[in-house]
Amino acid sequence: MSAAFAQPFAPLLAQPLPSAMFALEVPYWVSSAIKLGLVALIIPTAALVLGYVFLLKMMSFMQSRLGPMEAGPYGTLQLLADGIKFLQKEDIFPEKADRTVFALAPLVVLISTFLIYVVIPAGPNAVVAQLDVGIFYALAVSSLSVVGILMAGWASSNKYALVGGLRAAGQLIAYELPLVLAVMGVVIQAGTLDLQKIVTAQAQGEIFGWDGIGNPFILTQFVGFFIFLVAVQAELTQPPFDMPVAESEIVGGYQVEYTGFRFLFFFMGEFGTAFAFAALAAVMFLGGWALPWGDITHWGFNIAGPVILLVKVLAVATLIFWFRFTYPRLREDQLQRLAWKFLIPLALANIVVTGIFKVVF
Amino acid sequence: MIAEHVAFGIIAAVMVAAASRVVTTRDIMHAALYLVIVLAGVAALFLLVGAEFTGITQVLIYIGAVIVLFLFGIMLTRSDFGDNEDTDYKRKFPALLTAALLLAVMVVALVDRFGTEKLPDDLSPQTTAQVSDELFSQFIVPFEAVSVLLLAALIGAIVVARREEGG
Repeated sequence: MSAAFAQPFAPLLAQPLPSAMFALEVPYWVSSAIKLGLVALIIPTAALVLGYVFLLKMMSFMQSRLGPMEAGPYGTLQLLADGIKFLQKEDIFPEKADRTVFALAPLVVLISTFLIYVVIPAGPNAVVAQLDVGIFYALAVSSLSVVGILMAGWASSNKYALVGGLRAAGQLIAYELPLVLAVMGVVIQAGTLDLQKIVTAQAQGEIFGWDGIGNPFILTQFVGFFIFLVAVQAELTQPPFDMPVAESEIVGGYQVEYTGFRFLFFFMGEFGTAFAFAALAAVMFLGGWALPWGDITHWGFNIAGPVILLVKVLAVATLIFWFRFTYPRLREDQLQRLAWKFLIPLALANIVVTGIFKVVF
Repeated sequence: MIAEHVAFGIIAAVMVAAASRVVTTRDIMHAALYLVIVLAGVAALFLLVGAEFTGITQVLIYIGAVIVLFLFGIMLTRSDFGDNEDTDYKRKFPALLTAALLLAVMVVALVDRFGTEKLPDDLSPQTTAQVSDELFSQFIVPFEAVSVLLLAALIGAIVVARREEGG
């Protein structure tokens, strides 16, 4: 393996896991295969967990009903049953659809989701690739899903799908900016784009000389956290930003012609992305996999880290879905005004203030 | 270096094939989507020589924004799809001429600047800190010039758009 290829992974390879954990050093391709397998396993699981906990149960309880109760204890297997049901459905192409583009669109959305997981750290060594451009990479690949959504909207050869695709594109472009700008504050404070180093900066940080809880950036970057969550909500095209899929107006928008497992791809993409963004927020604002006590380079964090991260992710996801089930849909003009006239100026002001504080302190 | 040569060969072949489809397909939507492959190839080439930040920027700006704008424009202005008979090759000779001229300028510029220089054997990735250090010291004047140019284009676009709207 040549230098440029191995280099992004070099920090990982350079510090092999202690022999207490693994008796032998694994070759590069084995560790790559293990990581790929884990990512391929985590995303559907993440989508299932979020879908079950929030979409089925939390929404039901907020609406004073039980939600699914039949499949498995408390309906825990409902989404698995739904998945099997989806696989049995006929794979329908609209007669005048652009078949190739129609078939590729859900894959583009799903690939964009998968690529985000590559840089999310879950422990000192438990990360697929520790990139120097970390968070920037995550935001860049998450923007690829717009292409998939536009492909779906166009190729369906359906007016509702076209309108949904256009709405989605307008919305995703508008909220891409506050999403990126909100992260800038964290990047300035940590002095790096690398997610792993952002975690370290928070765990080893101090609040006016007191290091009791480290320095989770939510304390100083609460404005950024707020903007990030709102922008994530819009990027996921969830209520109150669900104009692109608004069932009551355009019956599902760009998804309207999709059935069976192709629809399942969109569904998995949506919840997989929700999980990924919640994980990014947890890493950047809540301290990620680390706890501010003890030695965070200890190998034990490779096992405890994912659990700690999961707790934080679920906390962020609760917020995201709480918004989702609480607020009514915004109109298109309200939605654009919120992004361009409120969130973006606020994010820019946040960057300036953070910059000043960084220089002063 | 062998792995890089092989990777470069594969990426370049895919890019050339996709680029030629961009100009030969009669379906304008497909042309835009083939362009995505070409631009992704450019990003891959940047990564191959260790320019991580530039590669990721390429993805964010070109695929995430420029192509989306193209698709947006096509979807708003064209309602027909499939092969479009209006897409003709009438201007293929001027187009070929332009392409040849562009190629000539680029070859001359690159050979003039780099000559027989070779990439170092150890292509370790450039960190973002290095990129920004160079950008804000050595290249500060071109950087600011480009910023002003973009700002002018931005304001110009707003003025043009508002004139059409307000009458």
